[in-house]
Amino acid sequence: MLIEVLLSGVTLGGMYALVAMGLTLQYGVARIMNLSYGELLIAAAFAAMSFYGGFALNPLLGLLVVPLMAFVLSYAIYRYLMLPLVRRAPTRDALEVDSILATFGLLFVIQGVMLAIFGGAYYSYSYLAVPLKFLGATVAANRLLALVLAVVIGLGLYLGLTRTRLGTAVRAVAVDPVAAQLVAIDVRTASALAFALGGALVAAAGVLVSMFLTFNANLGVVFTLKALVVVIMGGVGNLLGALIAGLILGLVENSVAVFVDPGLTLAATYAIFLLVLLVRPQGLLGRSGR
Amino acid sequence: MYRRMSLLAALAAGLLAAPSLAQDKVKIGYAISKTGPNAGGASITQIPNYEMWVKDVNAKGGLMIGGKRVPVEVIEYDDRSNSEEAVRAVERLVTQDKVDFLFPPWGTGLNLAVGPVFNKYGYPQLTFSAVTDRAPELAKRWPNSFWLLGTSAQYVDALVSVMKKLRDEGKISANVAMISIADGFGIDLSNAARKGFEAAGFKLAYDKSYPIGTQDLSPLLGEAARSGADSFVAFSYPPDTLALTEQAKVASYAPKLMFLGVGVGFPMYPGRFGANAEGIMSLGGWSKDNASTQAYAKKHEEMFKRGPDRWGSQVGYSSLQMLEQAIEKVGKIDRPAIIKELQTGTFDTVLGKVKLVDNQMKDNFWLIGQWQDGFFVGVAPPRAGAANVVVPKPAWKP
Repeated sequence: MLIEVLLSGVTLGGMYALVAMGLTLQYGVARIMNLSYGELLIAAAFAAMSFYGGFALNPLLGLLVVPLMAFVLSYAIYRYLMLPLVRRAPTRDALEVDSILATFGLLFVIQGVMLAIFGGAYYSYSYLAVPLKFLGATVAANRLLALVLAVVIGLGLYLGLTRTRLGTAVRAVAVDPVAAQLVAIDVRTASALAFALGGALVAAAGVLVSMFLTFNANLGVVFTLKALVVVIMGGVGNLLGALIAGLILGLVENSVAVFVDPGLTLAATYAIFLLVLLVRPQGLLGRSGR
Repeated sequence: MYRRMSLLAALAAGLLAAPSLAQDKVKIGYAISKTGPNAGGASITQIPNYEMWVKDVNAKGGLMIGGKRVPVEVIEYDDRSNSEEAVRAVERLVTQDKVDFLFPPWGTGLNLAVGPVFNKYGYPQLTFSAVTDRAPELAKRWPNSFWLLGTSAQYVDALVSVMKKLRDEGKISANVAMISIADGFGIDLSNAARKGFEAAGFKLAYDKSYPIGTQDLSPLLGEAARSGADSFVAFSYPPDTLALTEQAKVASYAPKLMFLGVGVGFPMYPGRFGANAEGIMSLGGWSKDNASTQAYAKKHEEMFKRGPDRWGSQVGYSSLQMLEQAIEKVGKIDRPAIIKELQTGTFDTVLGKVKLVDNQMKDNFWLIGQWQDGFFVGVAPPRAGAANVVVPKPAWKP
């Protein structure tokens, strides 16, 4: 039973982490507080479902195609919608406020397009809903895949950011965009890249989530909120932090559901969130100060 | 300046007086959740019925009023799943758009919220997506309101009597595992069920509620399985209903009796689970031998590329037919007379002949159904055509 709780908690946490990683890049590096984040996730879920239903495109292939599309789309969003804001913002705080307002509008645009195409009804399909035995406990293959991908992407991007030249440049932008310019880093390109990469990540999360969750055009905000909690808890801009925070949340939720009461999972989530904010306001792996 | 003002006033007065003379269209307005958390339910059970009815009526040339056909015109607002927004929109429909009739919003909460507005202006309110135990009391307080989908006690009584019979036949044990969503529907039904099960001698081996938006229900299923209960009852919302089915299948959790909440009757449910839907029970149900509901389902599929919800949809379309027949019988836009006709008249609907008792339906539709051979057939209450419940639920197929 303990193993069952651990396993289901870790897979749920992996999904949370996966959902949050894109936001931590977009918010931490590009400094865009993207409120339309969850809508993009749902759009990716719809895309995966349409490809699967319409062209019999395997969702695993969708996992390659849809994030690529999201990368291009997010790059375009940054280039044409966000860059004017970046140019005119006097400070980073001002940019955050502007980006919140702009992406709040974008939220309704994406949601409106989805409502026009798919209506408000629920959708779902089944893929890889096969049981896997693991130390006597059972887990669904599609949920396990979300966890594996979260760990691979989390560690991969973490290594990419810490071990490569481009990654170092991106981190430098996250820490101090002005000083980064002084050492000949193209801040705008690095930010655009981070934003687009964030878009690709959330699309990957959307494709995976669509395999096991029922969704409709209005569900985006649920994921934005969850991602925000994970991002703040893990430390803004820190992928490893998002991974750890996501796993903690998943484990706590499912242990509380089994050992205490399923009605208290939300309370437990926010209690942990509050605790982290009180003890480490910068997040678990976040750097203090700006 | 003064002259222009008085001219305008005269014009306005003329406009206000004019419509009563020549009714060249019937204006119908509704506010419904096109966005927000209610949109999922509204766009499966309710909006298609409105669109289908309007199309059907206008295809005939309109409503027969005073010996001639008058086409129907629709004004629609999005209440964004927000009760204040719904109240505002309904007020606006009455006072500014001056609609002749209103259709109700989706869900128990919003129907209760707009109830006073419908009542204040004297518009008939035929709700078919609201389940509340206060229905009898509300029908007395607001005689213009009709509560067609029943009360939670009705559903629970029907479910408990089905299960009691199975237990007395020795097919299931007296232990029940119950979970419910911590929201209006789940709270109402689980409260009623707790009383009902206890009174019938059942024991709740597991009884928990979970918050809305829970994304992993496997811990609850695990606990329900460990409780050793033969019956699993969940008062769940559509996303959870689908997740519960899938996660139960993955975990090979196969209780002898499996009852799930809203969504089992949705067209997507058998589409997604195929043969694994077999034996799953839920609210609602269809008659196998009713040609008019079959024709309704076929028309629904042709128009929307998906079937109706096997719980509320047919009740919904019937309510619109009742309103239509009441208007035509009265023969003019006389809302008090139409309300009176709805209270006392007999109507010909897809469900068959309907006569309301205290503004509610009595035995006109199924409360509990079960998927059997790919058909969500009604099993309770014991009316003509009720199928026998199949237990144990067939094993999950890979």
